[in-house]
Amino acid sequence: MVQLTLPKNSRITTGKTWPKPEGATNVRKFQIYRWNPDDGQNPRVDTYFVDMDACGPMVLDALIKIKNEIDPTLTFRRSCREGICGSCAMNIDGINTLACIYGMDEIKGDVKIYPLPHMPVVKDLIPDLTHFYAQHASIMPWLETKTNRPAKEWKQSIEDRKKLDGLYECVMCASCSTSCPSYWWNGDRYLGPAALLHAYRWIIDSRDEATGERLDELEDPFKLYRCHTIMNCAKTCPKGLNPAKAIAEIKKMMVDRAV
Amino acid sequence: MADVNRGNRPLSPHLTIYRPQMTSISSIMVRITGIASFGLALLVVWWLLAAATSQSAFDLINGLMTSFLGDLVMFGAAWAIFYHMLGRLRHVIWDLGYCLNVEVSEKMGIGMFVLATVLALITAAAL
Repeated sequence: MVQLTLPKNSRITTGKTWPKPEGATNVRKFQIYRWNPDDGQNPRVDTYFVDMDACGPMVLDALIKIKNEIDPTLTFRRSCREGICGSCAMNIDGINTLACIYGMDEIKGDVKIYPLPHMPVVKDLIPDLTHFYAQHASIMPWLETKTNRPAKEWKQSIEDRKKLDGLYECVMCASCSTSCPSYWWNGDRYLGPAALLHAYRWIIDSRDEATGERLDELEDPFKLYRCHTIMNCAKTCPKGLNPAKAIAEIKKMMVDRAV
Repeated sequence: MADVNRGNRPLSPHLTIYRPQMTSISSIMVRITGIASFGLALLVVWWLLAAATSQSAFDLINGLMTSFLGDLVMFGAAWAIFYHMLGRLRHVIWDLGYCLNVEVSEKMGIGMFVLATVLALITAAAL
């Protein structure tokens, strides 16, 4: 359901302002969401100052620098640092993106960093993605076949393979789903752009033989049809994919098979 | 649903921190103008009912509707109806599978605001 305000335990307070680096001339201000599960307090926003002359160009570089040199308790996920693992998805400067491939030169003014929106927070910038992953698993993200296994491999023409472009690149970072107001209000039952993009990826795979069952599963007022083509998903996707279009294609297939 | 609130986990902020997007603003405005149009319909029904009831009842609502405030409300209503209509038209285009990319959708969103204003102004001038 739509709930515009945050629950009581989630209201944000002003946090600590950490000291400026000494002798630095090119300093940038960072405002970062913090929540510690162990101190029983509400989330807060801490202020850090980073010497940009001694820092890499990406937001993740600054986060790692803060963790290394200012505050080792700052907690966030990161791994590949090149936009392929999807770990460092967070809300930066008001949009969801991957910290590792988002340049600080793209941000005007202070750098504001929050966890992915409308998610339960595990600690600091780490959201709990359990439900998000469960929704992905629910769309059967694998090849379903009924015919006998071929001697060598399931073949696919070049044209059919092309249909998967713009879909297979998804790294499941959850930026799109957590940018979607519909997912904010109905994320418990609406599958969200990421899971639905993956659903479509298997629906149009020429080798898959469970298309009907997959569509049956999605024929639901909430799972699929809570998408109102808002398009925040496509707008924010750090990989430049278009979940809204994938969802629209599923809706079209639903109509096609009904008439 | 998995237990996602172990240890009284807070909900991360959403509306208050997400930068306003043309995509979501133009979308929510379709819903808001739809609800506003429903309110307008009630106003018109009141007007018609009053006309069928008595002179004094009609004078009250007619005076209200033809006052400057009434003109403002009716202008807003005309804008809302046009915006809602254009928004629905955009949905028809999308549902047919066209224009499903961010650039064009945003342009259509801006177009909805501009065109609804132009149409409302023409309507106001014509009446």
